[in-house]
Amino acid sequence: MTRLFAILALAIALVGPVTQAEDRVVASLSQHNLALTTDFTGTELFVYGAIRTVGDLPADAIDVIVAITGPTERVNVRKKERQFGIWINGKGVEIDAAPSFYAVATTGPLRDIVSWTEDFRHRIALDLVIRLIDAPAWVEDREEYRAAVARIREEQGLYSLQEGTVALIDNALFETRIQLPANLVEGDYKARIFLLKDGTVLDTYEDRVEVRRAGIGRWIYTSAHEWPAVYGIVSILVALAAGWLASAFFRTFFPN
Amino acid sequence: MNIYLPIAEVSVNAFILLGLGGGVGFLSGIFGVGGGFLMTPLLIFIGIPPAVAVATEANQIVASSFSGVLANIRRKTVDMKMGLVLLAGGLVGSAIGVQIFAGLRTTGQVDLVVALCYVVFLGLVGSLMLVESINAMRKAKKEGRRVQRRRHNWVHGLPFKMRFRTSNLYISAIPPFLVGMLVGTLAAIMGVGGGFIMVPAMIYLLGMAAVIVVGTSLFQIMFVTGATTLMHAITNQTVDAVLAVILLVGGVVGTQIGVRVGPRLKAEQLRILLALLVLAVCVKLGLDLVVTPSEFFTLGGGAGH
Repeated sequence: MTRLFAILALAIALVGPVTQAEDRVVASLSQHNLALTTDFTGTELFVYGAIRTVGDLPADAIDVIVAITGPTERVNVRKKERQFGIWINGKGVEIDAAPSFYAVATTGPLRDIVSWTEDFRHRIALDLVIRLIDAPAWVEDREEYRAAVARIREEQGLYSLQEGTVALIDNALFETRIQLPANLVEGDYKARIFLLKDGTVLDTYEDRVEVRRAGIGRWIYTSAHEWPAVYGIVSILVALAAGWLASAFFRTFFPN
Repeated sequence: MNIYLPIAEVSVNAFILLGLGGGVGFLSGIFGVGGGFLMTPLLIFIGIPPAVAVATEANQIVASSFSGVLANIRRKTVDMKMGLVLLAGGLVGSAIGVQIFAGLRTTGQVDLVVALCYVVFLGLVGSLMLVESINAMRKAKKEGRRVQRRRHNWVHGLPFKMRFRTSNLYISAIPPFLVGMLVGTLAAIMGVGGGFIMVPAMIYLLGMAAVIVVGTSLFQIMFVTGATTLMHAITNQTVDAVLAVILLVGGVVGTQIGVRVGPRLKAEQLRILLALLVLAVCVKLGLDLVVTPSEFFTLGGGAGH
């Protein structure tokens, strides 16, 4: 119900007193804060919004792309090579930037709804988000390393392209659901929404979800990094206590 | 029931972890091995990053070995003096091992070295144990009595002789120290207590009685893995407390059951079983190195992990 009201509010904001003749898109997310607690098993992000276009358009004239980008980081990619009959890791290639999570949902096939130049400008397609600026000279095929990041992360459920999963209602409202897997890393996840017509981006909208460790998991992570020695000692004490408890328990209840 | 592990940053089924802990703890209680040589590959197999698996497994072994030591102390089957000599070597080895591990992490060869260590040591120990136990069984059958182990070999010619009363031995302190050091180094690199190397070494090299070996081995393992946990926590920040707690709950219970069941089983047959288990893990890991992989690339963090 609240979602419906939110969508209506968005729609009203668009049709309201705005007088300029502009194509516009506004959107919101079902949650702006996500807590990674120890019982976190992934969640669904609901992205919804309203569109206003100038003039009357045929029903299938406009498209929407929703892209969710996780925190971007450097990634070291190694290729296994056969040496002395066994497979070992070769030298690493540093990928300058790769999002830890990337999901794209669209109203139709990505190649059909966005032109190459627009895609390049806004960096929507997956191969444009993974950036390898300067590969070492010994690398024969740099594309191979970039493709490896995409392939492996896709298998891990971290990268996805879901074509045709954005539902468009009356050229005015849209909604989509994006699955966030359990193996999320902490950070700010950027949501970008693109309004397109004939392959051209008419308007964009940005929002974000803050993903943070929470509860005992956050406390453990912070302790491990801030006070590593104390953390290590406590870990050992917990282990000793558990060992003693089990021993005492069994001696009491199962004496031999 | 899935649980999100804060350090490993993956979500895994808690019951699988409990089961793994219990099964491995059971073996630990029977044989005096920490069980890390099984647990670490299994953890990596279910998706825990290797660095976290190695460090956290050390923490779990602290719990199950302490649990086992307590049971053995009550039975007076722990040679503390021998344990301390092994331990002195173990701590030196552990410090060396953590440094090697940290160095390997920066060159990206952790997986390879860990796998190679496993294949070599599991293969060696497994084959030795298998041959020895089969021979012992054969002789026992033929002569209709338990075989007497050789009491004198080159070990007895070394200096710094010490008297180990519980083990009823008068030998040089050098071999136990070296055994402890080797085990400590491997413990840190492989995430194992090293019991699977130490137990045969104590029986065949030092000539200790099998009854004393289990408790003494666990005694030493407890301290070495404790030190390893601490050093990994400080150097690599890879000990996952949530993972450790789930594993050790299963582990300590399994150990207590194993300690009670162990003495009632036939020792030689058990040893054959352990040898086969060790060899199976060895073959599996060996094949992974040789068989052409389905994915040629691996990803590692640029910074942070």
